[in-house]
Amino acid sequence: MSNASRTRDGLTRRRFVTGMGAGGLLAALPVPASASPVTTIAPGTVPAAASATWNLHVGRRRIEIDRKVLHAPCIGGNVPGPVLRWQEGDNVTLNVTNTLRDEETSIHWHGIRLPANMDGVPGLSFTGIPPGETFTYRFPVQQSGTYWYHSHSGMQEAQGLYGAIIIDPRRPDPNACVRDYVVVLSEWTDVSPMDMINNLKMQDDYYVFRQRTLASLPHEARMAGSVGAALKDRLQWSRMRMAATDISDVTGIIYTYLLNGHAPDMNWSGLFTPGERVRLRFVNAASMTFFDIRIPGLEMLVVQADGNDVEPVPVDEFRIGVAETYDVIIQPRDSRAYTIFAQSEDRTGYARGTLAPQPGMTGPIPPMDPRPVRTMVDMGMGDMKPGQDMKDMKGMDMPGMSKKDAPMDGMDMSDMDNGNMDHMDHMDHMDHMDHMDHMDHMDHMDHATPATPVMEVDDPGPPPINVENQNVARMPVDRLGSPGDGLEDNGRRVLNYRQLRATRPGTDPRPPSREIIMHLTGNMERYIWGFNGRKFSESGPIRLKLGERVRFTLINDTMMEHPIHLHGMWSELENGQGDYRPYKHTLISQPGSRLSYLVTVDVPGMWAYHCHLMLHMELGMFRTVIVA
Amino acid sequence: MRYVSLLAALTGCITCITGTPALAQVPSATATTTTTQNTKPAYHAADAPSSTPVVYLGNMKPVMDHASYFHGILDEFEGRYAPGGSDFRWDGEAWYGTDYNRVWLKTEGTLEHGHLHDGDHELLYSRAISSYFNVQGGVRADIDDGPTRTWGALGVQGLALYEFEFQATAYVSDRGRFATRIEGSYDFLLTNRLILQPQAEFNLYTKSDPARQVGAGLSDVDAGLRLRYEVWRKFAPYVAVSYAGYLTQARRIVHDQHEETGALRFTFGIRSWF
Repeated sequence: MSNASRTRDGLTRRRFVTGMGAGGLLAALPVPASASPVTTIAPGTVPAAASATWNLHVGRRRIEIDRKVLHAPCIGGNVPGPVLRWQEGDNVTLNVTNTLRDEETSIHWHGIRLPANMDGVPGLSFTGIPPGETFTYRFPVQQSGTYWYHSHSGMQEAQGLYGAIIIDPRRPDPNACVRDYVVVLSEWTDVSPMDMINNLKMQDDYYVFRQRTLASLPHEARMAGSVGAALKDRLQWSRMRMAATDISDVTGIIYTYLLNGHAPDMNWSGLFTPGERVRLRFVNAASMTFFDIRIPGLEMLVVQADGNDVEPVPVDEFRIGVAETYDVIIQPRDSRAYTIFAQSEDRTGYARGTLAPQPGMTGPIPPMDPRPVRTMVDMGMGDMKPGQDMKDMKGMDMPGMSKKDAPMDGMDMSDMDNGNMDHMDHMDHMDHMDHMDHMDHMDHMDHATPATPVMEVDDPGPPPINVENQNVARMPVDRLGSPGDGLEDNGRRVLNYRQLRATRPGTDPRPPSREIIMHLTGNMERYIWGFNGRKFSESGPIRLKLGERVRFTLINDTMMEHPIHLHGMWSELENGQGDYRPYKHTLISQPGSRLSYLVTVDVPGMWAYHCHLMLHMELGMFRTVIVA
Repeated sequence: MRYVSLLAALTGCITCITGTPALAQVPSATATTTTTQNTKPAYHAADAPSSTPVVYLGNMKPVMDHASYFHGILDEFEGRYAPGGSDFRWDGEAWYGTDYNRVWLKTEGTLEHGHLHDGDHELLYSRAISSYFNVQGGVRADIDDGPTRTWGALGVQGLALYEFEFQATAYVSDRGRFATRIEGSYDFLLTNRLILQPQAEFNLYTKSDPARQVGAGLSDVDAGLRLRYEVWRKFAPYVAVSYAGYLTQARRIVHDQHEETGALRFTFGIRSWF
C-alpha cells in the first residue's frame, strides 16, 4: 500500500509493439481480475495496491514466442499470469475459475503458509478444479515478501500457468523502493512435458548437445594439461556410465528462456531514474532450469530470499534454483542501459531484459560463461579419485557429519572444472575427516540446549545401488559455502547459502526432537528419480507429529542439483547463522552434498514434499507428508 | 558339451563386463555408519513403504511415476553393396512397459537376391534387475526362406562398463540344441551429432544345422562401422562398412553349398526411433 505511485513508471509499451502477439494483446482485453487493474499493466510491474479479492480465470490461449506456438494454459491469456499483490493480515479470497475445455486445473500458492485444504495440490489438498467450475481459496495472509503461484495439475506449470505474488508487510518494509519490478524467469517450448518424459525414458541425454566429443578433445587436453589426462578423465566417467556434461536434463535446444514472458530478442525493459534504488523481485518459475543472474556493471544487494528478509549481501551474481525467489536492490547511477542477464546453468541459453532510463534502449549482452563440468565432488566422493576402491572408504559414511563443521574453503574447484581429477589430490580434506572421527551423534550439540533429550533419527542408511539408483555419495560434503557448479572462482562475488542471515531470529527456539535423513537418488540412464532409492509409488508417506520440531537432512547421491520444496511449513536452513537461520520454502541440494534444515510442524494435513524440477517430481522424487 | 562349457564361460564373461556391483548388487549398506561402540544402528527410512495406504482425495495420485511407455528403434535399416552381391538388412526392436516390466519385440533379417535369410524374431519379457541391466526371457523364431526353428531365450541386455551397449542371450531349441548370441556396440561422439558406431553380433551354436547354414561353434558374425549424423535425435542417416560372414565349421558348410562365405560391403542406411 505504501507505494501506490510506483506503477506507471514501470510500465513499458515495448512488449505491445514487438511482443508476443495474441498473448500480449490479450492483456488489454477485459477479462479476469475484477478487483484490480492487473491485466492492463505490463508484465513485471507491481500492481498499484494490494487487493484481498481476486478472480482468476484459467484457460488455454494460443501464444507464439520465438516461433514456438503453444496453446498455453494460463491466467487471463497471459504468460506469466498477473502479479497478485496482497496485504499481510488480510484474509484473501481467490476465485479460480477453470475455463479449460476438458482438463482439470489447480493453483498452488508456493511458499504461502495456509490451511492444508487451501494449498492447491490435487489429491492432497483438494480434488482439483474440474472444467467449468470455480474453486474459492480463502485464507489469512500471515507473511510478507515475494512468492509465486503455479498449477499443480497435469504439468500445466511447464506451459505457462504461473505468476508472482507480492505481499506487503504489516510493519514498514525496510526494503521498500519506489521503483519495484517483478522479474519472473521461465522457459518456453512447444514440446509437451509428456513428450520430454517419453524421450528421456528412451535416451537420457536426448536434449544434451554439449557432450564431450572428439571435437572438444583438444580444448579439454589444453585444460587438463595433456591429451592423456583428458582421456583418462573421460574413461573414468564412462566407466561409471555417467557424463560429466550432464548439467540440465532439458536444455536450450528446445527452450527459449523468458524474462517476464519475453524472449531475449523481445527485450523486456524496466525504467529507472539514475541514482534511485530499484528493487527487483526475481522468481524462478521455470520447470527444469536454474539461472545464474547478473547485471553487468551493477552490484546487487540481496535483501530477501524466498520471501523472508535477510541481512543485505552485496553480490555480482547469484544462482536461483527452480521455485526460489530472491529480492535484490540495485542503484544504477549512470544514465545508460543495463542488461539483466540470466544464463541457464548449462549455458545453452539465457533470459535477458533491460533496465534503462528511457524506453527503447538496449544494453550490451555479455557472452555466456563456459558450461560447468561435473567433478567427483558432485559424485559425492569428496576428494576421492574416480575408480578408487570404495571399500577403503567404509566407515566414512557418517550419518552425523555436521555440515557446519566442514567448510569448503580448502577446495579449489577451478582445477576440477578443468577435468583433471588428479588435481583434487591437492585438496585438503582432512578438515572434515577430523570431524567425522569425533562425531558420534554429538554434532548436533550446538543446536541443543544441555537438557536435550536423545534425538530420534530416521536414518535410511546408504541407499542401495539398484534399478532406481545409480550412485551413492560416499563422502557427501557441506557445499553451503559454494555458489554452485560453474560459479566457483569465476572472478565475481557470487551468493552462497552460507551468506544468508535472517534479519530476525527464528520464532521457534526449540531444538529438534527428531532427525529425518533423506537421500536424493535417481537413475539418470533409466530416468527414474526418488528418495532413498525408491520412487513415489513405492514409498510410504512421511508422518510428522503436529507440534514437533524436526531436522531434515538431505544427502544428495545424484550428480545434479535438486530444489527441494516442502509445502505448508518453513524450512529453516542450518547454515551456520545460529538463531538467524534463513527461512526458505525451497532449498537447493547440491550434488554430492549434505545439508540440513529445521521444520516446525505446525499445520495439520496432507502436504507435498518434492524436487521442484518438474520431471523429477513427476517421475518419483515426491513424497506425501502427513501431519497429524 | 564343449560348447556348453563355452556358454558357462561366456556367462562369467558377461558378469565381468557388466560389472559385478551392477549385477550382484553388493549392498552398500555394509559400511559401518557410526563410530559408537554399540551395535550397528537400525536403519529406518521416514518414507519406508507402508502397509496402510494413503487415501488420496478423489483417489488422485499427485504424480504419475508408474506409467507405461512405448518405443521402437531401427538400429539398422540399410542397403549393403558389393561386387559379389548386394543385400538389404534390418535390425530393430520395440518395447512397451513400465520401468521394471516390459515386453520386447526384436527382429532382424537380410534380404539377398529376393531371398530372406538370417531372419530372427524374438518376443521377450524384460525385467530390470540393476541400474543398467535387464534380464530377458521368451521365445525366438527363425523365420525366413530357410527351415523354421524355434528357441527358448534367456539373456541380459543393458549398458556395460564404459557405456558399451551389450546383449547376450542363450537359446535352447525345440530339438534340444543350444545357441548364444552376443551383440555389442559403442558410440564414439565425433561431434554432438556425428557419431561413429562400431557394432558386432556373433552367433554360436552347439550343433551344426546345414539347412540354415549354421555350424557348430562360432558360426557367423555381422559387424559394421557406421558413421551417422543425427539430423535430429530420432532420425540419423549413416554410411558404413559392414561385414557379414560365416566362420569355422559354418564357413565350410557354406563353401560346400557354393555360396559366398563372407563379404565386406559398402553400406548406407537410416537409424530411426520413436
